[in-house]
Amino acid sequence: MTLAEGVQLVAFGILTAMTLGGALGVVLLDNIVYSAFLLGGVFTSMSGLYILLNAGFVAAAQVLVYVGAVSVLILFGIMLVNKEQPFVAVKQAWVGKVATGAVCAGLFALLTISTLNTPWAISTEVPTGDMATVTIGIHFFTDYLLPFELASVLLLIALIGAIVLARREFIPDVAPGSPESEALQLPERPRELVSSIASPDTES
Amino acid sequence: MNQGIDLQGSFVNTLVDLGLPAGAAKALWLPLPMVVILVGATVSIFVTVWLERKISAAAQQRIGPEFAGPLGTLQAAADGIKLIFKEDITPAKADPILFTLGPAIVVIPVFLSYLIVPFGQNLVITDIGVGIFLWIALSSIAPIGLLMSGYSSNNKYSLLGGLRAAAQSISYEIPMALAVLAVVLMSNSLSTIDIVNQQSGYGILGWNIWRQPAGFLIFWIAALAECERLPFDLPEAEEELVAGYQTEYTGMKFGLFYVGSYVNLVLSALIVSILYLGGWESPVSVSWLASLIGVSETTPWLQVITASLGIMMTLFKAYALVFIAVLLRWTVPRVRIDQLLDFGWKFLLPVSLVNLLLTAALKLTFPMAFGG
Repeated sequence: MTLAEGVQLVAFGILTAMTLGGALGVVLLDNIVYSAFLLGGVFTSMSGLYILLNAGFVAAAQVLVYVGAVSVLILFGIMLVNKEQPFVAVKQAWVGKVATGAVCAGLFALLTISTLNTPWAISTEVPTGDMATVTIGIHFFTDYLLPFELASVLLLIALIGAIVLARREFIPDVAPGSPESEALQLPERPRELVSSIASPDTES
Repeated sequence: MNQGIDLQGSFVNTLVDLGLPAGAAKALWLPLPMVVILVGATVSIFVTVWLERKISAAAQQRIGPEFAGPLGTLQAAADGIKLIFKEDITPAKADPILFTLGPAIVVIPVFLSYLIVPFGQNLVITDIGVGIFLWIALSSIAPIGLLMSGYSSNNKYSLLGGLRAAAQSISYEIPMALAVLAVVLMSNSLSTIDIVNQQSGYGILGWNIWRQPAGFLIFWIAALAECERLPFDLPEAEEELVAGYQTEYTGMKFGLFYVGSYVNLVLSALIVSILYLGGWESPVSVSWLASLIGVSETTPWLQVITASLGIMMTLFKAYALVFIAVLLRWTVPRVRIDQLLDFGWKFLLPVSLVNLLLTAALKLTFPMAFGG
């Protein structure tokens, strides 16, 4: 075994362990913030696997889109949502857990069997490596033109929509004296300072 | 094109001549460039901190540090030693794992990005085909670290500070990526080496700044915002506000944020000089001068001169930009958070989109000048 092969093998082992462990953590941990951070870790280690497969462009895109955008979006979602839910003990909750576990184990067994039994057609072609960007571009503008254009139009709509949303300045015109509508009220209303309430007689 | 000196080839050849197997010689070479770049990046912190203190002092008409070492050059080292000796405190009820991981996740991608910074034709850790794209991808990891440290500090200020820092980082990433895309469009490559080579040949006249003036400004503004430099340093705003996501950090964990921000500043300056200021190219093309006096480009001494001149040029341009960044600190007032987000989304983003469209149109119209 040459040096490069050894490094690849070790890196593959570490990355696989990180991916699997992280994915299990995402599902099994109670703390949802841990799950979100672990999801970022899973995506990162998957991009490492892509690098091992000589797909540098996909790896960088994976980090940019999934780690940089999706994970951060999820984290923002978790941290900005302020949901409080009273804990209700469900009787015989273990039945649901056991059922879920059984279904997951069944799916896992099915996938394992099909993976082992499929005669994979392993390509002998040399990976394009650094030329992948060019190849991807050529494919985008020949055989995958329509999906590419549709995706770019979708992204452009999202981008312009974001600008329009950000540009909109919503100033509700509430007539003086009329009660403010419920929808415009923040959960945390600005309260009067304690000092101003405590001493009303010093008002001048 | 001048291929420059092949350090790896000569190193491996020397070791093979000494009787080592080729594989072992290559394995010995592998860590060398990384260590050199790591040390270089770390030294750049000392230089930048010293520059910042001295230039800030000059801008305020005072002297600045002068007791630690000659002209205060050891001041940054003194700061670092102070940080090392400070007690490392984890606040009560903070999340110890995330609290420790946060600063590391902020710092590691910054150092990793030095992978693609070229100081010469062959003076780069690795010339990967997706170089500048990789840098953008890596710089998008930092918000996770910021959110992590903000969340785990068990402090509302830190949580809000982390969210604000991440929001700022995300909003300025898009204009930055679009500005880079315009440059990539002109050089037909994502590799940093190719981007510099595309600007070479005509000396200062060939640099991208003349063809991408708007892109240069957008990129520099976005880079300053990414590094949380003034006028965009509101996530931390040292004395005036509670220091954002790093409120609870002490000792070397705070030091990591500090290190990360300065290394990121130098890195951004390096990337700007590569994308817009011709990278390692001198204002007067060396190969043109050499052909004028009739020296072949493959002459060894000329190659050594070109390589060292290239390193000096890259660093000179980067530090000139750092100088501008420090001057900006004392010239421009800090923006508010709503102004910051307005500026990023409502101004920089449309302008960078227009810049990209214009570049594409110009590339089709004048393929000679815009790399058709």
